[in-house]
Amino acid sequence: MTRSFFWLVPALFVAPSLAAQDTTRVDEGVRVGVDYRPGVRPGLVVLPGPGLDSVRSIIRRDLDYTDRFEMITVADAPDIAGTARGTSESGGGVNYGIYRQLGAEFAVELSQAAGGVTARLHDLNENRLRNQQTVSLSSGPEFRLEVHRLADEIARWASGTSGAAASRMLFVSGGRVYRADSDGHDIVPLTSPGQTALSPVWSPDGQRIAYTQLGEGRGGVAVQTLSSGASFLAPGTQTALNITPAFSPDGRTLAYAHSDERGTDIYTANVAERCCAQRLTVGRFADNLSPTFSPDGRRIAFISTRAGPPQLYAMAADGTDQELLAPFDFGATGSSNAPEWSPDGASVVFHREVSGSPQIFLVDVAGRRVRQLTSSGRNEDPTWAPDGRHVAFISDRSGRRQIWIVDIETGRVRQLATPGAARLPSWSRRLGRATIVPNP
Amino acid sequence: MRAPSLLMLLAAAAFAVACGGSPPPEEPAPEPTPAAEPAPQPEPVDDSAERERMERERMAREAAERARTVAADLVAVINFDYDQATVRSADQATLDRKAAILIANPNVKLRISGHADERGSDEYNLALGNRRAAAAKRYLENKGVEGSRLEVISYGEERPANPGSDENAFAQNRRDEFEVTAGGDNLTAPQ
Repeated sequence: MTRSFFWLVPALFVAPSLAAQDTTRVDEGVRVGVDYRPGVRPGLVVLPGPGLDSVRSIIRRDLDYTDRFEMITVADAPDIAGTARGTSESGGGVNYGIYRQLGAEFAVELSQAAGGVTARLHDLNENRLRNQQTVSLSSGPEFRLEVHRLADEIARWASGTSGAAASRMLFVSGGRVYRADSDGHDIVPLTSPGQTALSPVWSPDGQRIAYTQLGEGRGGVAVQTLSSGASFLAPGTQTALNITPAFSPDGRTLAYAHSDERGTDIYTANVAERCCAQRLTVGRFADNLSPTFSPDGRRIAFISTRAGPPQLYAMAADGTDQELLAPFDFGATGSSNAPEWSPDGASVVFHREVSGSPQIFLVDVAGRRVRQLTSSGRNEDPTWAPDGRHVAFISDRSGRRQIWIVDIETGRVRQLATPGAARLPSWSRRLGRATIVPNP
Repeated sequence: MRAPSLLMLLAAAAFAVACGGSPPPEEPAPEPTPAAEPAPQPEPVDDSAERERMERERMAREAAERARTVAADLVAVINFDYDQATVRSADQATLDRKAAILIANPNVKLRISGHADERGSDEYNLALGNRRAAAAKRYLENKGVEGSRLEVISYGEERPANPGSDENAFAQNRRDEFEVTAGGDNLTAPQ
């Protein structure tokens, strides 16, 4: 035991718990409401092995990005793998003792299988193989999404909750809507150059997007099917300026804000049957915009200027029962904008001006408590990950507008790098097998 | 350049005089006189026509200048306070001039575009720009301009007048722009 440990130390590179979470850098920018508990997260090691390098690195990164595990790094050399295998007290050829010594509770083993890969999750404390699954992997455009899906499943085996890797991000750069994998790879444009697109959002099934097509000071809301590229203008958005679309959870209704000389008000339209635009708010000279549905489809949170500066309200999905959602002090609290209801329905994320800079906030729907998540730089336009624990937003903390992702439980922040300045991100729900969309 | 050509002319004249023994002597003499006379003679005749022409040109220039002033007044930008869509008292005179011109030129139509500075939400700024354009339209309607002649659009923060990111640029970018979309030729100045 002692002997093997000694000569493993130079060979195994053990990432201290802080390497997985660079707290000095990460915690900058997050000051309120973040509850970082080091050491609580179980250690996890992705075992080295022959082949499958790209699969292994995607899964390792995906598991790291769940922020549920302390990732333990092992130097990827064959003798290490050999040493860690085939000794006593092993399961499936994995030396549990060695990895437990490094602080790992879980070991993920990936091996080649016919047409795909076999993933095994070893529980090192219980000395047993907890789960295993063999999945086929295509070599086509769905490859990365299939690997992300496997990573989400491994996260579910280990933590009880699926990861959010098999999802994608929309954002606007240079007037075009782009799509990226949740880890920032495979960035592809979805709209043509030469037009100005704004405010893209996903349909709940991930098969369509909606966005504002801004023309000469006017614009409709285009609903675009990703597989074909075909699009139509949402009912009621053919005239004037129509902004901030949002799909209902069943994907049949699109809510949006219609701006004309009477002001800006929220409407809904039936995009399944392409009819029946209906007005929900009557602002007179106040603006009502940025609708977002609760996950049960019964309520809509939105922004209104009815009390002066824009603030966060909620109403029933038919426009009745309007109420203030996030409390504010008139004259003291800055403008609030860009709300998005959380996937679990418990809270709404939005941005609010603090000393002249927008910052990301949460309000819990039941208690109406407001909590600030960011404080460094300008942070705006938040969007929920499908796991309900990560929020992506636009920040200028690196010098230009880029997408950043915060884990609201640990405060860990990472960047989803895009080539140009990015804005108005929208995170999809988990993308199931039926919703795989080839690159255009 | 000038000296050699003069010398050549003198040389040519001397040659002509030297050679012209038999042709009438008057011929070279009258030649300089018509050259000198037509200059002073047509001047009094052309003078009145020229003065009329200049007068007409001056009037046309002044009319064009007035038209330019009218056109400039029609498209003069107004600005707004941060996150506000209320017409400032300083800009009321600007809008009053527009109202008078629009009433004097009933065929003129205007497109009013509202703009915001880059602060604040990208999406909210579209609504804010719309509200700013609508505020100018309401003001002009209250001054008696037919609403159907005034179109309202918004660019939000998408088209800054000044690309800077300081207070001066922000102040310039919070604005309404006015574009003549019909009847912009031969503008009549208001009384």
